[in-house]
Amino acid sequence: MRAPPEKLVRGLKILAFLLCLGPAFVLAWKGLHDLFGANGRWTLGANPIDVITRTTGRWTLIFLLVTLGVSPLRKIARMPWLVRFRRMLGLYAFFYGTLHLMTYVWLDKFFDVHEMLHDILKRRFITAGMAAFTLMLPLALTSTRGWIRRLGGKRWQRLHRLIYFSAACGVVHFVWLVKADLRRPLTYGAVLAALLAYRALAWGVGKWSAKPTHTGARSSSG
Amino acid sequence: MASGVYLRRNGWQLAQTVQAGAKLTGIVKSQSSTAETPTSVKDITNYNNYYEFSTDKYEPAGMAANFRTRPWTVSIEGLANKRKKLDIDAILKLAPLEERIYRHRCVEGWSMVIPWVGFPLSALINQAEPLGKAKFVAFETVFAPDQMPNQKRGVLEWPYVEGLRMDEAMHPLTILAIGLYDEVLPNVDGAPLRLVIPWKYGFKGIKAIVKMKFVEQMPPTTWNRMASDEYGFYSNVNPQVDHPRWSQATERRIGEFRKRPTLMFNGYGDQVASLYSGMDLRKNY
Repeated sequence: MRAPPEKLVRGLKILAFLLCLGPAFVLAWKGLHDLFGANGRWTLGANPIDVITRTTGRWTLIFLLVTLGVSPLRKIARMPWLVRFRRMLGLYAFFYGTLHLMTYVWLDKFFDVHEMLHDILKRRFITAGMAAFTLMLPLALTSTRGWIRRLGGKRWQRLHRLIYFSAACGVVHFVWLVKADLRRPLTYGAVLAALLAYRALAWGVGKWSAKPTHTGARSSSG
Repeated sequence: MASGVYLRRNGWQLAQTVQAGAKLTGIVKSQSSTAETPTSVKDITNYNNYYEFSTDKYEPAGMAANFRTRPWTVSIEGLANKRKKLDIDAILKLAPLEERIYRHRCVEGWSMVIPWVGFPLSALINQAEPLGKAKFVAFETVFAPDQMPNQKRGVLEWPYVEGLRMDEAMHPLTILAIGLYDEVLPNVDGAPLRLVIPWKYGFKGIKAIVKMKFVEQMPPTTWNRMASDEYGFYSNVNPQVDHPRWSQATERRIGEFRKRPTLMFNGYGDQVASLYSGMDLRKNY
C-alpha cells in the first residue's frame, strides 16, 4: 500500500494527539463540576481520588498496549507509516502513568516518603506498579531523535524492548490489586500475551526464513 | 418508649413502608449514635459494594433499583426452640425502631457515617430461643440470579454467607437495619433487611438476608472462603493488622480530602474490646 500524503499524516497526528488527551480532559471536566457542587454523571462521584487513580491507571495500560500494537498492525495491514504514531502513543502511556503515580504520591500518601517506601517494599502490587513506571522512565527520556542517534538504532531498539516488561508489570500490578473478579485485569493480560506472541512468532518465522534469497524481497516491502 | 412508636400500629401504615424511600415513623434516637456528621444520602446510596450486582461501586445503585423485596421471608433454623419462617413485615414489627448513626469502615480503606434505622439483632434472636449449644449464628443472602446478575457468574461463591459468634450477635451495638435516613432501606444498601456490626469491616454486614441458623461450629464466611489469608472470620476493624495487600492504618472518609487514622474497633473499643480479651487479634483477624 502506498503511503498517504504527508499532509494527511500530519493532520492525523494532530487529531490523534487531541484524542489521546480525551481521558485527561474528561477527568478535569468532571473534577471542575465537583468543585462547583454539581450532581450526576459528569462528576467524579463519592470517592474522587479513587476514580482518578483508577482512570489514570487504566489509560496507562491501554496506551502501553496500543503502543505495542503499532508494530504488528503496520506489518499486518502493510501500513509502515503507522510507526510515526508510535512515539506519541508511548509518551501518552508515560503521561498517564505519571498522573497515576502523582495521584498516589500526592492524593493518597501526601508525600509521606516513609509510608511510600514501606508500601513499595511490603505491598507487592505497589512494587509491580513502581517497576512498571520505572521501566517506562528511560524510554520516555530517550524518545527523541537525538537520543536515537546518540544510542544508535540497534541499541536504542534493544533498550526500548523494556516496554514489554513495563506492560507485563502493569498487568501484574492490576491482577494483584483486585479483590475478586479477575476478568478485567486478565483481559489486559490476554491482549498483552497476544501482542507478545505475535512478536515471538514473527521473530521465529523471520529466523527460519532468513535465507539470502528472501532478504531482498523483504526489504523492498518494508 | 411510650410514644407509640412502632411503625406497625396498623396495616395501612405498614403497606406504606414497603417501598424504598417511604418514610418510617416513630423512630427513637439512640444513645449509641455518634455525633459525627453523617455522609450524604447521595454518597451512601451511590457508592458501595454489592457484588451480587456488580464489582463496581457505582453500578449497583442503578442495577438494584428494581430488586423485589416483597414477598420476603426469613428462615430461622438450627439449634433453637422456636425455629420458624418469619415474614419481613412481621420482622419489621418486632421491636421499636431506632436511629443508629454509626461509623462504617470498608475493608478497602474508605469510610462513611451512616444513619441506619433498625433494631438490635438480639430482639430477633431472643424470639427464636436458641439452645445453649448454639455458639454461632450463620447468615445467608438471597440467591436470586434472575435479579442479581453476578450470581450467574463466578466472582464469589453464592449465596453470600456470613457469621457471628453468639456474644457478638447479642451485643447491643449489633443491629438489623431496615432503614436509612428515616426512610425504608434502599435496595442498594441491602433491603429489605441487613446486618450492621459497626466495629467490623463493612463486608460482615450481610445484605438481603433470607436465612439465620444457630450452629455449634464456626460457620464459613464468603470472603474467608475466597481468600482466607486476607479476610478472617472476625474481621474487626484494626489499624494495627494490615490487609496483606494494603494498610489499614488510615481511611478516607467519603467527602473528606485527607485521610484520617483508623480507630481500633472502629472507635467502639469501649463497648466491644472485652468480647476479645485474651485473644490474639493478629491471629484472629
